[in-house]
Amino acid sequence: MKSAVLVFPGINRERDMARALRLLSGREPAMVWHADAALPSGTELVVIPGGFSYGDYLRCGAIAARAPIMDAVRAFAAKGGLVLAVCNGFQIACEAGLLPGVLMRNAQLRFICRDVYLRVERSDTPFTRGYNAGQVIRVPVAHGEGNYIADGETIARLEGEGRVIFRYASPDGMIDPDWNHNGAMNAIAGIINAQGNVLGMMPHPENHVEAAIGRTDGRGLFAGLVDHFNLAA
Amino acid sequence: MSVIRNEPAITPELIADHGLKPDEYERIIKLIGRTPTFTELGIFSAMWNEHCSYKSSKIHLRTLPTKAPWVIQGPGENAGVIDIGDGLAVVFKMESHNHPSYIEPYQGAATGVGGILRDVFTMGARPIACLDALSFGDPSHPRTRSLVAGVVAGIGGYGNSFGVPTVGGEVRFDRRYDGNCLVNAMAVGIAETDKIFYSAASGVGMPIVYLGSKTGRDGIHGASMASAEFGADAEEKRPTVQVGDPFSEKLLLEACLEIMAADCVIAIQDMGAAGLTCSAVEMGAKGDLGVTLDLDQVPCRETGMSAYEMMLSESQERMLMVLKPDKQKEAEAIFRKWGLDFAVVGHTTPTKRFLVRHGGAVMADLPIKELGDEAPVYDRPFRETAAKAAIDPASVKPPLTLADALEKLIASPQLCSRRWVFEQYDHVILGNTIQRPGGDAAVVRVNEGPKALALTADVTPRYCEADPFEGGKQAVAEAWRNLNAVGARPLALTDNLNFGNPERPQIMGQLVGAIRGIGEAARALDFPIVSGNVSLYNETNGTAILPTPTIGGVGVLDDFTRSMTLAFKGEGQAILLVGETEGRLGQSLYLRDVCGREEGAPPPVDLAAERRHGEFVRMLIRDGAITAAHDVSDGGILVALAEMAMPGKIGAVVATPAGIPAHAFWFGEDQARYLVTAPDADAVARLAKAAAVPLIRLGATGGRAIAIEGERPVAIDELREWFEHWLPAYMAGPG
Repeated sequence: MKSAVLVFPGINRERDMARALRLLSGREPAMVWHADAALPSGTELVVIPGGFSYGDYLRCGAIAARAPIMDAVRAFAAKGGLVLAVCNGFQIACEAGLLPGVLMRNAQLRFICRDVYLRVERSDTPFTRGYNAGQVIRVPVAHGEGNYIADGETIARLEGEGRVIFRYASPDGMIDPDWNHNGAMNAIAGIINAQGNVLGMMPHPENHVEAAIGRTDGRGLFAGLVDHFNLAA
Repeated sequence: MSVIRNEPAITPELIADHGLKPDEYERIIKLIGRTPTFTELGIFSAMWNEHCSYKSSKIHLRTLPTKAPWVIQGPGENAGVIDIGDGLAVVFKMESHNHPSYIEPYQGAATGVGGILRDVFTMGARPIACLDALSFGDPSHPRTRSLVAGVVAGIGGYGNSFGVPTVGGEVRFDRRYDGNCLVNAMAVGIAETDKIFYSAASGVGMPIVYLGSKTGRDGIHGASMASAEFGADAEEKRPTVQVGDPFSEKLLLEACLEIMAADCVIAIQDMGAAGLTCSAVEMGAKGDLGVTLDLDQVPCRETGMSAYEMMLSESQERMLMVLKPDKQKEAEAIFRKWGLDFAVVGHTTPTKRFLVRHGGAVMADLPIKELGDEAPVYDRPFRETAAKAAIDPASVKPPLTLADALEKLIASPQLCSRRWVFEQYDHVILGNTIQRPGGDAAVVRVNEGPKALALTADVTPRYCEADPFEGGKQAVAEAWRNLNAVGARPLALTDNLNFGNPERPQIMGQLVGAIRGIGEAARALDFPIVSGNVSLYNETNGTAILPTPTIGGVGVLDDFTRSMTLAFKGEGQAILLVGETEGRLGQSLYLRDVCGREEGAPPPVDLAAERRHGEFVRMLIRDGAITAAHDVSDGGILVALAEMAMPGKIGAVVATPAGIPAHAFWFGEDQARYLVTAPDADAVARLAKAAAVPLIRLGATGGRAIAIEGERPVAIDELREWFEHWLPAYMAGPG
């Protein structure tokens, strides 16, 4: 799996992401600078990692979404290339028009870093083939603005087309406001675009890939992607 | 030399406004042989205030042990440096941002984090963790809630955006901090031992380069403000507080590490307290060189800034470097790539003069070495704190049952869960956090391993006030214990000494006593002090804070997979107490929060026992003989037991030993003790006997309650509710 991790000024989880990709794919990802105009040739997976691009001083992700490299990413996605957008990456993907909706401030107006439980809604995507539908995974979140919101029509469409991929849930998989730490609509933690090749999610699977550090629930996402490309090859 | 005098006249009022005493001003006149210019007066006030010159503490700090075979750099640089083997060094320091945080909690705390991170990456290290030790006033004080909210948000706001995990620290509440909160921020970084960068300039005619953000009018006189007491006008000092920009700092980090890797740097110094003045003078003075600055080249945020303002601005996220001349272009390209300002603002000279030009005029011309070396040093009169009598446990009538007292303590502001705080800090970023907040020490893997660092911040201010010497010892011993409890070998510490007004003999006595105690413990435990910071004048309208010498400890684990946690791991394991218990209730939380008495001598610290017991516990962990370990401190054995039971929801069945009043046994705060659990208690007992370490068996893990023989069992689920309840409920209150 040839992956490229985008680096914007202020991004800070690019090393975490690169480590997860290296551990699970056995291959060092390319780190791609925001001012570049093109992705490395042969790129199979683009990852927009977490952080605080441009300090998030404007709307989260708004400036990064307009960086030169994002034109190349939009073209890559339009041709069906896989894009994984995590945390600030999710915010950037929404601002870049790759995904619908927006991430607002957490309902309790505080930054939250803790492990949360996600219910995996579908296993038939390249991003979630390493999981079973209905499986509950435990991964960390670390964000101040992860409260997913979209207009009623968009939400209806996302739900109708089965494009909600991860939901905040209780440890036994129940959707419950007590376990939706940021107040996201329909407990949405991750969504996919209509073509099924761009995934945006707030939690950090890349921080749960090593048993020695804690848990390994995040491995399934990366292992699934590696499988996807191995099968395609 | 012609100095242009188009500035305010130097009057006694102006001198006093600069925090300079009449005799200090006389010293200036004698040193330079003339009346200083306004800019020069500002420079002297910046260099000679308490915060920058350590004039009240210097002679006492010199007594501290700072050396060990593994110490690469002790105090005197931006941060301390120790060798952890494999060609790696740990760079760390703790620093206070107390005064600004009280005036403007969010920005004060945020820039405290920013400042300490800069100290670490200035030396060539990539920051891998932060800790924060916070002290606030009584929960019922009208300002406390907003200070907690602002400080915690500020620390999170800066560290989260910068991208460093905040993994530990402490939070306390006491009415003695009503008028002065404490924000002590510690940063820890990793560098290669042969790529450490220092601040001493070398070579004549070398370009001095200004890097980072532009200079504005913020923070002027910040260091002087932090060198005086607060009066009724504290709020009016808000303009002296800087505003943090973690985004710029992240860029500055990456750019600095990149030009260091490209071998462009001769010397580097961050612009912290007293900004351009302090950094330029230090680089020159340490290198035995003069420095000439051309202020017309300084990147400014606003037009019309005077030399005085530029020299004293504490705008954040700025660095000063001496570059290798042939690498100037390469360095500039790197900085431009990161979108940061880069300007040659001066050069080194052979004259040992600090020359500042602005608009074609010489604004300052001072002897550079004397600016630092000739700063006043005071041997202030001090009065030792009178010793207090130990409390006889039999004289303390328990007002509550053991079970009720446990519930009360675990739900109290001092002992309840800090989750509300640490969940606002990203503590998992970088993917190396092995032990998250909530244990004895945080454990953070170094790069890809196998080594890991254990990190902790500790002090018990109520002990320090009752007996500064024993309190100083205890702070070091507790940090040392916390590192042992996770299986780490303690290596070195950083100290952040927070006290009141040193011009009062009683306060000076606290400072002197605590430093003596810290020194004695550090020597006995081979735990040298490699960096630190002194914050005095934490006093409002004559009321001082509790003496608070915060100790930041660093230890190393050779194998990150072998770190020990405090949680009970399974049922039916023996619960063993390492160390001796006499039931010392003086200054204990039980006496204060259950009995309402703030009395007595704090527990004495037997450093030989500390060492023996600590090394014993570390050996048990290394050999896999135990399954959990926890330092016994605030609240005593029963609180420690509850803290071990709650994470895994596994209870304990225990009995009170004979010959000691039950409340003194369970809540006494005797030192040098650990609780451990073991599947094979006899094996541990044999090892203890061989090592001459006192060990008793309290009972076994199991069930869903803490059950002391003859007492009402306390259900773990209820304990957890008590434990988690207070802080979020308090913070949800008005204001």
